[in-house]
Amino acid sequence: MKIAVLIKQVPSSEAKIRVGGDGRSIDTDGVEYVVNPYDEFAMEAALQAKEKFGGEVVVFGLGGDKVEESLRQCLALGADQAVVLRDAAFQGSDSLGVARILAAAVKGAEPNLVFCGKVGIDRDDAAVGVMVAELLGMPHVSVVTELEWTDESHCKVGREIEGGSETLEVTLPAVLTANKGLNEPRYASLKGIMMAKKKPMEVKDAAALGIDASTVGSGAALTNVVKMEPPAERTAGKMIQGDAAQMVQELVRVLKDEAKVL
Amino acid sequence: MAKKILVFGEQRGGALKKSVLEIIGLAQSISGGGSVDVVTMGEGIGSVGEALAATGASVHVADDASLAQPSPEAYVAQIDAAVQAVQPDVVLFTASAMGRDLAPRVAARMGAGFISECISLDANGDGFAAKKSMYGGKVFATVESKAGAKLVATVKPGAHKAAEAAGGGAVNAMAVAAPSSLGAKVTSVQQQATDRPDLAEADVIVAGGRGLKEAENFKLIEEVATPLGAALGASRAIVDAGWVPHHYQVGQTGISVSPKLYIAIGISGAIQHLAGMRQSGCIVAINKDAEAPIFKVADYGLVGDAFEIAPLLAKELEKACS
Ligand SMILES: Cc1cc2nc3c(=O)[nH]c(=O)nc-3n(C[C@H](O)[C@H](O)[C@H](O)COP(=O)(O)OP(=O)(O)OC[C@H]3O[C@@H](n4cnc5c(N)ncnc54)[C@H](O)[C@@H]3O)c2cc1C
Ligand SMILES: Nc1ncnc2c1ncn2[C@@H]1O[C@H](COP(=O)(O)O)[C@@H](O)[C@H]1O
Repeated sequence: MKIAVLIKQVPSSEAKIRVGGDGRSIDTDGVEYVVNPYDEFAMEAALQAKEKFGGEVVVFGLGGDKVEESLRQCLALGADQAVVLRDAAFQGSDSLGVARILAAAVKGAEPNLVFCGKVGIDRDDAAVGVMVAELLGMPHVSVVTELEWTDESHCKVGREIEGGSETLEVTLPAVLTANKGLNEPRYASLKGIMMAKKKPMEVKDAAALGIDASTVGSGAALTNVVKMEPPAERTAGKMIQGDAAQMVQELVRVLKDEAKVL
Repeated sequence: MAKKILVFGEQRGGALKKSVLEIIGLAQSISGGGSVDVVTMGEGIGSVGEALAATGASVHVADDASLAQPSPEAYVAQIDAAVQAVQPDVVLFTASAMGRDLAPRVAARMGAGFISECISLDANGDGFAAKKSMYGGKVFATVESKAGAKLVATVKPGAHKAAEAAGGGAVNAMAVAAPSSLGAKVTSVQQQATDRPDLAEADVIVAGGRGLKEAENFKLIEEVATPLGAALGASRAIVDAGWVPHHYQVGQTGISVSPKLYIAIGISGAIQHLAGMRQSGCIVAINKDAEAPIFKVADYGLVGDAFEIAPLLAKELEKACS
């Protein structure tokens, strides 16, 4: 089985996010970048499929200078190969541009299965995985929380919907976007970390991917962030005093009379 | 500039998703004298078509057994057929499980720009401007679409006024455009019977955290929620501990919420949790640690033991809300 995993690098969920000087992007100073948490579930699902059926896991990452670090971590977990997508022409791509670049790269690898995260916790777009599926002409299931293999080309997957869940039967090739709950991502072993240093990591540009540079990058972007603002400041409100019964009575009173939410 | 707008009329099992009417209301308010069309699909959905037409929109209905269950392959083909017929400037979806599943695929097929989870959306000259939260609620961004470019967007429920019944919309039957075989096919749907509102759309949320000590104590949260007609939420700590399902999780890697009232019980207020709920109208925190960070964002704070306070609060709310 040949499995592609798309790995995005994002600010850690613990990072304090401040608006940068240009007022339309974040200040990256001191921000720690990590593998997008949902991509960790995608990575784990890929490794489990490889363990079951044999084959190869190739990880793809598009982005800045430090993408290699994230991909190297995936190699340490057990991926066989990494592909970095980098070209000045890629800069400023919107979701569809990113999806075009990733789809071109993934297509070259001819995978039976593509795993992504359900959403990047940076811009909260939840776009790229599903777009890649469309561009590759593959079916997709998004926000997958359960995965059970029937055989090498069929699986049953579960996804959450409002107030319940859906079960689907999937025939490969397909794109699956992973949600929390799908599995428990493993940690890299010392041996894995040592071995990762010798595994292949290729860098590909627009020419290597056969991408028409006018379809990606800032020139082709159809959406643009023009402004970023911090959320409205919240200040600590009123501490309600008294014993439990007094506090509860006072709370219900203020919710009714002051906040008017009851 | 007048806009042509196409709205996806989401339904499940013949029931129209309520927030679709909000999206139609939004579409009517920004179309600037253009047009509002709705495309809906499923099996046995005649009454859905009529309910949609009552808003005055032109409705395109594909009613067929092959469309009984949602499927990105089938539904996107059907939406695309409507896109070809209507040639809209923008296609709008509810930011629901189904909308999120379909919209990026429609955008890729159309070669359109895509903005997800819009809190607001407006016409902006020859394009559109939207507001959305990023970094799980740590910043808010204004995103513009390029002048003249087509756009696909998902819109968060709860932020817009529902379209009123104006009547007069036409209902047009569509031919089925779905492919004959599907690579991913829904085989069953499990719906938990609940009379609680959906977390993402709720006006009131009562959420619990590790301060509850044990899974079975989550019933305290339910008791406080019931008189309020509130949705149930949770911190990641108790989701990870398996006390409650994943879809209860509020926060940066859970659901971002902005109800009128959010009551956090036994939740410390980690940065990832705050990111997902700090936009709430009124925040109440109940925690035995006066230093807990949740109090920094709370409008009303109660320092004390949840096991003592929650049952009293449940009783007091029953009186107040009955
Ligand atoms: C990648 C990543 C993503 C994350 N995403 C999320 C997310 O989306 N949402 C989220 O919530 N978390 C998220 N977290 C986890 C987050 O960092 C915290 O660990 C979590 O929110 C803590 O949950 P808690 O407040 O229930 O538990 P704790 O932090 O353990 O707090 C328990 C609180 O209960 C109080 N307490 C104890 N006993 C009582 C009592 N008897 N009465 C009243 N109060 C009592 C304590 O004083 C304490 O403040 C994420 C973490 C990571 C690393
Ligand atoms: N720059 C990127 N490089 C690799 N994978 C990406 C990139 N952007 C998005 N993805 C994949 O697409 C998923 C959804 O991302 P997004 O659409 O940005 O929310 C991520 O979880 C990744 O699996």
